[in-house]
Amino acid sequence: MANVIGTSRRDFLKASALAGGGLVIGFALPVKGRYAQAAADFRPSAFLRVASDGGLTVVCGQSEMGQGVLTALPMLVAEELDADWTRVRVEQAPADAAFANPIFGFQGTGGSTTVMGFWDPLRKAGAAAREMLVSAAAANWGVAASDCRTDNGRVLGPGGRAAGYGELVDRAAALPVPAEPRLKDPKDFRLLGTPARRLDSPPKVDGSGEFGLDVKLPGLLTALLARPPVPGAKLAKVDDTAARAVPGVRDVLQIPQGVAVLADGFHAAEKGRDALVIEWDRGAFASVTSAAISQRLHAAAARDGAVARKDGDPETAAARTVEATYEVPYLAHACMEPMNGTAWVRDGGCEVWAGTQGQGPHQGMVAGLLGIPPEKVKINTTYLGGGFGRRFAADYIVEAVLLSKATGKPVKVVFTREDDTRAMFWRPVSVTKFSAGFDEAGKPVSFRAKVASPSVFIGSGWVTELENGVDHPAVEGIADFFYGVPNVKVEYVREEPGYQIWFWRSVGHSQNCFFMESFVDEMAAAAGKDPFEFRRALLADKPRHRRVLELAAQKAGWGKPLPAGVHRGIAMTHCFGSYVAEVAEVSVGDDGAVKVHRVVAAVDCGMVVNPQIIARQIEGGIVYGLSAALAGKVTIEAGEPRELTFEEYPVLRMSQMPKVEVHIVPSTEKCGGIGEPGTPPIAPAVTNAIFAATGKRIRALPIDPALIRKA
Amino acid sequence: MISFTVNGRVTEVDVPEDTPLLWVLRDNLGLTGTKFGCGLAQCGACTVHLEGRAVRACVTPVRRAAGRKITTIEAVGEDRIGKAVQQAWLKVDVPQCGYCQSGQIMSAAALLARNPAPTDTDIDAAMDGNLCRCGTYNQIREAIHDAAATLKG
Repeated sequence: MANVIGTSRRDFLKASALAGGGLVIGFALPVKGRYAQAAADFRPSAFLRVASDGGLTVVCGQSEMGQGVLTALPMLVAEELDADWTRVRVEQAPADAAFANPIFGFQGTGGSTTVMGFWDPLRKAGAAAREMLVSAAAANWGVAASDCRTDNGRVLGPGGRAAGYGELVDRAAALPVPAEPRLKDPKDFRLLGTPARRLDSPPKVDGSGEFGLDVKLPGLLTALLARPPVPGAKLAKVDDTAARAVPGVRDVLQIPQGVAVLADGFHAAEKGRDALVIEWDRGAFASVTSAAISQRLHAAAARDGAVARKDGDPETAAARTVEATYEVPYLAHACMEPMNGTAWVRDGGCEVWAGTQGQGPHQGMVAGLLGIPPEKVKINTTYLGGGFGRRFAADYIVEAVLLSKATGKPVKVVFTREDDTRAMFWRPVSVTKFSAGFDEAGKPVSFRAKVASPSVFIGSGWVTELENGVDHPAVEGIADFFYGVPNVKVEYVREEPGYQIWFWRSVGHSQNCFFMESFVDEMAAAAGKDPFEFRRALLADKPRHRRVLELAAQKAGWGKPLPAGVHRGIAMTHCFGSYVAEVAEVSVGDDGAVKVHRVVAAVDCGMVVNPQIIARQIEGGIVYGLSAALAGKVTIEAGEPRELTFEEYPVLRMSQMPKVEVHIVPSTEKCGGIGEPGTPPIAPAVTNAIFAATGKRIRALPIDPALIRKA
Repeated sequence: MISFTVNGRVTEVDVPEDTPLLWVLRDNLGLTGTKFGCGLAQCGACTVHLEGRAVRACVTPVRRAAGRKITTIEAVGEDRIGKAVQQAWLKVDVPQCGYCQSGQIMSAAALLARNPAPTDTDIDAAMDGNLCRCGTYNQIREAIHDAAATLKG
C-alpha cells in the first residue's frame, strides 16, 4: 500500500498549556482528498504532553497490532526531547485528521509506513518541545539558551544549574513554537538504535490490555450474523422463531450483510444464530470450485496482458530458454482475535470501538452510512489482536453501526473463527508464467513474466481504475525485478473470480517473491550456477541488495557442510523501503514432511529505531510466511471456503518453530518499513532448499508433500 | 445458580450450565483477560487454570467448574510461579499483538507447576496447543526457561 497516495504537505506545530499545568505540543496536517476525515482546517490535537511532574505522554494515532508502533513512535519523540525513557507513556489517539499518516494522507496503519511516515514530524515535535523547555530554563536563569543543554528529562545550565522538565512546562507553554527546530545528528542518538522495552508489554502480560473484543458498555448487546454463504447469495427464507426463543436473545434483525441475532452475551447469540432456519438462493457461485478458478487464471495467463514493465527487447534471441508457471491459492489472515467491532449510535452521533487499521477511512465511511458529519463519529482504537492488513477493512464496523442504529443500543458484532475465515477478504489467487533466455555462455539475456490475478486495488475499493491496466500489488516484486538482466517484460492480466480479496501481510510481495525467487533459482540451476553466486553476480550495481544477500549467506555459512539431510535455500526481497535476504535450512522426510531447522535473515531497513522490534518483526514475518508456505490455503467447493477452523487452516506451532537469527545491516539511510519485509523471502528460501534436497521444484503453495516424498 | 471460586473469590452465576466457562468469565464476570480465539480448543487463547491445571475455557462447560477453583490471567501473578512467568515475559518482552499471551502465560505457568525444569521437548509438548500468529514462539521458550531458572533460585 506504500507510495499510493503522493504526499507533499507542510506540518504545523502549535503549543498550548494544559489545564492543571503542562506543555502540549499539537500537530496538524491539512488533509485533502478522498479520505479527508473531519474539517481540513487547523485543529491542533495533543501530540505530546509534558506534565508538570515531568512525565512525557506521546499520543499515537497509529494502530498497534504487534509491530511495535506504540513504542517506536514515542522513541522518536523521546530521542529529540532528551526525555527520561522510564517516564514515557503512550496514549492511543482517537480518529482525527490531525493524526493522518503522512504517507497515506489519512489516518491508517499499513504498508509498513509508520516509522518512515512519522520519522520527521515526530522528531520535529520532540525537538520543538525541547527547544521551548531550554528557552524557558534559560529565561528563568537569565542565561543564554545556547549555554544550556538537556539530558534525561532535565535542562542543565551554567554553574551546575539544573531543572526538571516538569518545572519548566508552564513557562515553556507560553513560548512560540520554533518552526524549524534543530534535529539531532543521528550520530548523537542515545535512545534510537537501542532495544528499548515495549511500552505495551505490561498490559499484554497481566490481561488488562483492551482489545476490541474486550470492550464493555452498559446494556451492550452481542451480535452474531448469518452471512451469505457464497458471494451474491440472496436470503430466500428465514424462520427466526427458535432463535428468538433462546434465553438471552433480544432481537433478530435483517441488514444487507445478513441476519443478525442480538443477545446478552456471546453464548446466547451463538445459540440463537445456530437456531435460525435460513434458506439462501445461492445464485451463480453455487458451483464454483478452486479447480475452476485455477483454470480461469491459467487461461488468462495465456492472453496478452497490460505491460507493467518493459526494458530493451524482451524477445531478443536466446540460445536457451527456461519456462515455468507458478500458482498460489486464496489465503486467510487468521488473526488470533476474530474480527469484531462495537458501535453505539445515539444523540445524532456514533461512537465506535474497534481494533482497526483504518480509523481515517472508517470514520468517513460510518459518517456516510449514517448521514452525519465525520466530526460526529468518534472512533476509539483498541489493541488489535493481529491485523496483517485484514483490519483495514471495515465490514465488522459497518455491521455494528447498522445494528446499533436499528436498536438504539450499543452493539458488539463478533465473528466466530469460522465466520472470520468465511468472511473472505483473502489474499488473491495468482498464476504467474515466467520465461528467461540465456546466451551461449549461460548468461541471462531476458526475463519475462505474466501475472494473472484479480486486482486487489479494485477489490479493496482503494482505486476505481487501474493505471495503464496494471494492478500494482499484483505485480509488485516482479515488475521491480532487480537483477541485472538487460531485456525485461512484465505483464498483468486481470481475472476476477469474484471473491472479496484484500491486503495480506506484504501484499503482492508475499506471493510474488515466492514466484520470482523460485524462478531465479531455476535460472541459476539452468545456468549451472550456485544460487547465491548466481544472484550475487546479477546484483553488481545494487549494493544494498547485495549486502543483505551476502550477509545472510555469510552468517548462514553458505557453502559449508550441514548435518546429513539438511539443505539450504536462499531468497531475497526489496519491499516497503527495506531489503531482506533469508537462508533456510530444511530437511525433507521420506513422507515428504518438510522440517525447517533454522532461518538466518539479514535486513537493511535503513536507520534503526529499535533493533529488538526489528528482529522480532522479521522473525514474526518469517513465521507468518512459513505458515502459508507449509499449509496455508482456502479452497473453494460448491462456492464455499472449505478451511474454516485452525484444524483445517493450520498455522505454525511451537514444535515446528525454527531457530531464527536476524542480522541487521548498520545504515544511515532513510528508515524503511519492518512489519512486512520479513514475510516474502521465507517461502522461496524453503522451497529452494527443498530443490537442493530433492531436485524437485515446488511451483505451487502450500508445499505438497506428495510431490517430494520418497516413491 | 452455579457457584465456584474465581481468583480466590467465591462467585455465583445464573447461566445455563452448558455455557462455556470462557463466556461466563468474559460476559458475566467481566474478566476479559481470557481470550476467545476459536471456540474449539484449537488455539489455546482461552487457557485458564481449573484446580491448577490448564484447561481450555471455550470448551469447558461452566458446570465443570461448580465447587472448584478457577484462576485466570488477572490473578495468576498472585502465586510464585505465575509471577515468575509474567516477570520473565516482561524481561524477554515477549508480546507482539499480545492477544494469545494470556493463554500462553497460563499454559506456561501450569507447565512449570508440574515440571520445574522443562526441556525444549517438554515445552513443545506443553505449549503446542497455544497458537501465536505473530510468531513469538522462540521468545516464549526463552521466557519459560528464564522463569524456571528464577524459580530454581
